[in-house]
Amino acid sequence: MSDDPASAPEPWELMQENIEMISGGIPWGRRMAFRFTRIEKGHAWGLQPWKERLVGDPDTGVIHGGVLTAFLDNLSGTAASSALSKPRFVATLDLRIDYMRPAEKGRDIIGEAECYHTTRNICFTRAWAYHESRDKVIATAAGAFAINKPRPAESIARMG
Amino acid sequence: MEEEDMKLTRADEVRAFIARTPLAQEMGLRCEVMGDEMTMIMPFQDKLIGNFMIKAIHGGAIGAFLELTSQAQVFLVTEHLARPPRPINLTIDYLRQGHAKDLYARAEITKMGRRMCSVRAEAWQDEREKPVTTLMAHFMVAGD
Repeated sequence: MSDDPASAPEPWELMQENIEMISGGIPWGRRMAFRFTRIEKGHAWGLQPWKERLVGDPDTGVIHGGVLTAFLDNLSGTAASSALSKPRFVATLDLRIDYMRPAEKGRDIIGEAECYHTTRNICFTRAWAYHESRDKVIATAAGAFAINKPRPAESIARMG
Repeated sequence: MEEEDMKLTRADEVRAFIARTPLAQEMGLRCEVMGDEMTMIMPFQDKLIGNFMIKAIHGGAIGAFLELTSQAQVFLVTEHLARPPRPINLTIDYLRQGHAKDLYARAEITKMGRRMCSVRAEAWQDEREKPVTTLMAHFMVAGD
């Protein structure tokens, strides 16, 4: 790889290229049937399908809030690492979730996350989960992620 | 309601909530109720991993575990609730990595109001004094 930073692909470009591998590389994400749909610099989009095994209230069939937590955590972490110009893993420091309305039984949930600020050590993110549009949001999240020490470049494809 | 006909105690109802909630079953949760205290246990399973390179439990799975623990604890001590309470919001602090071993959690109600309550919960592995993750949450407890 060239030392010239201008010619090297940005981490988010490699993440977008390897988006299916990133989605499949998280065992708990796979169990939740969650997947990333698009990655840009500082942004990530994903889909969380409704699954019987993820239901939190057997009387209504609504997915448990904890699934949304994992979903928005995954998206936020990916938005955070995609915002960086060097390949780095990030670790969730904290995550705040606000539940606006219950998700509907049987419907896919769409999520998006953005990293709106980074410092040398920390990425700040916000994220939304909804069925149709952000105007009718199911849950929102605000997160802070610690940027980990450098890792070998070849591990970038396994980032997530 | 059939629960009342069978004269279940609230501890039985909490156990039944865990037993019939698909996500709790998917995560393999067990609860031990001792009077008004309860410990939730999440035995380690490979599917709970979030990062296979370091074999760490997924932060989202730990968050869901703490949310279920808090929900169950509020349900356990709030007699007028007909069903487990709905969360309003929550904040999760990830303090240490969750290793590939069993995780335990307890929740404590910091304030019980008429409509809402505040809860703190923590999850630990080897030492209670070294929590892996803590949670602060608000739940609706108005009778429905």
